[in-house]
Amino acid sequence: MENKNTALPNDLTEEFVVNIGPQHPSTHGVLRLQATLDGETIKDILPHLGYIHRGIEKMCESLGYKQFIYLTSRMDYLSAHINNQACSLAIEKGLQIEIPPRAKALRIIMAELQRLTSHELWWGSCAMDLGAVTPFFLAFRDRERILELFEENTGNRLTMNYITPGGVMFDVLPSFVHKLKELLVKVKGYLKEYDTLITGNIIFQHRLKGVGVLPKELAISLGCTGPVARASGVSCDVRKYYPYDGYDKLDFKEVVFDGCDSWSRYLVRMEEIRQSIHIIEQLLDNLPEGEFRAKLKGIVKLPVGEYYQRVETARGELGVYIVSDGGNKPYRLKLRAPNFSNLGAVRPITIGSKIGDLMASMATIDLVIPDIDR
Amino acid sequence: MILSFQFSDITKWIHDSLSGMMSPGWTLFSEFVLAGIAMILLVVALAVILVYMERKVAGFMQLRIGPNRVGLWGSLQVFADVFKLLLKESFAPNSVDKFLFNFAPILVLAVSFMALAPISYGPGMQLWDANIGILYVTAVSSIGVIGILMAGWSSNNKYSLLGAMRSGAQIVSYELSAGLSIVAVIAMCGSLSVSEIIASQADGWWVFKGHLPIMFAFVIYVIAGTAETNRAPFDLAEAESELTAGYHTEFSGMQFGMFYLTEYINMVVISMVAATVFLGGWLPFHIFGFDAFNNIMDYIPSFVWFFGKVFFIIFLMMWFRWTFPRLRIDQLLKLEWKYLLPLSIINIVIVAFITVMGWHF
Repeated sequence: MENKNTALPNDLTEEFVVNIGPQHPSTHGVLRLQATLDGETIKDILPHLGYIHRGIEKMCESLGYKQFIYLTSRMDYLSAHINNQACSLAIEKGLQIEIPPRAKALRIIMAELQRLTSHELWWGSCAMDLGAVTPFFLAFRDRERILELFEENTGNRLTMNYITPGGVMFDVLPSFVHKLKELLVKVKGYLKEYDTLITGNIIFQHRLKGVGVLPKELAISLGCTGPVARASGVSCDVRKYYPYDGYDKLDFKEVVFDGCDSWSRYLVRMEEIRQSIHIIEQLLDNLPEGEFRAKLKGIVKLPVGEYYQRVETARGELGVYIVSDGGNKPYRLKLRAPNFSNLGAVRPITIGSKIGDLMASMATIDLVIPDIDR
Repeated sequence: MILSFQFSDITKWIHDSLSGMMSPGWTLFSEFVLAGIAMILLVVALAVILVYMERKVAGFMQLRIGPNRVGLWGSLQVFADVFKLLLKESFAPNSVDKFLFNFAPILVLAVSFMALAPISYGPGMQLWDANIGILYVTAVSSIGVIGILMAGWSSNNKYSLLGAMRSGAQIVSYELSAGLSIVAVIAMCGSLSVSEIIASQADGWWVFKGHLPIMFAFVIYVIAGTAETNRAPFDLAEAESELTAGYHTEFSGMQFGMFYLTEYINMVVISMVAATVFLGGWLPFHIFGFDAFNNIMDYIPSFVWFFGKVFFIIFLMMWFRWTFPRLRIDQLLKLEWKYLLPLSIINIVIVAFITVMGWHF
């Protein structure tokens, strides 16, 4: 009673826990974030995984080397081509075969187109997480054009399974090069539209600048890769450091920004779209003729040993580790998923920020949940 | 003939024929009932038009067609949606505060209806010409936030609570600059009555003849008005990607429908006040000196002018919504308390100075 006129002591304000997910519009999948909030401020955040764990690694161990590739399309479904490419490269490493130059070129074209679709979709969903709905429709319009091209040439839109051990599944149609060239001109026009609509928007910039700061040291120690790490000034592009399928012969820049915040992550991805277009353009002008697939035996058996292959997906470094006992199935398969490591960054960069910032950080980290759980 | 037509002729005829039939008390009562029915019909018609318009505008901006299956060009889509909402169960979870939960949607809807009372739609086409008309509108429209807080609190849902708290902070803040920007005009015309504010603009709308300060006040009013209606880029109370649906997360069926309807009616109220105060209400657009042009403008009926202006402002608000990303809560409050409010206060001082010196037209 004697303290009637003093302000409320601090212990009368109460923290509360909100489960963001597993069903939530902006987790883009079944990720559950257990957030401890003090009003609007995030005090602690704990990601809970496993809602979409399908045991892909274990399933792969019961399938043949040519067969398990189909499962890997379902991990990071926005980088299906690149996942297939990683597995194919690991198997080719074990078999010690060289694939035809046309197959290499087609693989890179498909992988870069895949990166384009992934970043375009990310652009739309990132803007939608920040409350702008219209960009989502623009992004889907542009992604649709590329998916149509995929459908025409590979038979599928999302889980293509086009890249196989030894090369690619089929040759592309004769119209492919012409259509792709027309498409790239369009995509360049779309990019200008993106910049006028969202990149230059003052609200958008204020929502991202200085939000979700991931320092360089933290990014390295958490094992972040891909655009997330490159926005923190970590040079880590697998295409540059461990070139595969002839990336070393191509001219492209590794996009590194050192702003460490969500805005840098946004800029990295926008610039990567331009670099991908540049890579594809180099290959289209002189696409090698010849075989599209090296001859392989019906049942592939890898020699006893351990094989590791890393590639750069749209979200970071994907590692495929195969242990072979000489049989027709992998003895052990381990997939190093980029999203799993990038998820680790969510907690340190969001503590102390507002709920709106959590969405901005999550949007620019760009998680694909099935890749986290596998 | 048409030009000399006054809506008050009709109301006068109704009044005369009613008082011929019954006592003055009953006459007044039946006139209230008639006016109420007329208002409800008007509001429902406006809401239907606005929902359809929003979906078409959104479709136009998002490379889509919008509704085009039910009825001609999808014009019956809204009725189909409302019918669906009416058929759905108004579900309430076990742990809600039943009374507040059921009362909140009714309160917000009723309050938004109340704010329409002093609006003038045309010469003589006004329910209640109060001498404090504009003050009444601003006062009543701020009661709505209590309904939103009720909804958020009674839902017993943390998302709802966060949304309601955001909405409370936001509406209370933006009421200030919305009110102050109206005060700028009131200072110049010297009256709070809606009909007098409109009459004072007969020689030019305030947004044109009030010099730069009134134009500035108009811009502030549109920003603050958008914030008051909880629409993007200020839709933090709903914030779909953060709070799923904010304060009406737990509402379903027609209870949700009432919140949805309220959003549109609030938009109408904000736009009507803006049209009345800044854009000359139902007065036609005149350019001084161009008599032929002015005469042609006079031929357009006054309610067409009024609703034309209202829909123009509503279109602006829709344009905002489908273009801008959402602000964060601290940015939202910073915008109000650090920029809009000080600027409107400075603006009022300038307006007062102009008024005292008699520099306005």
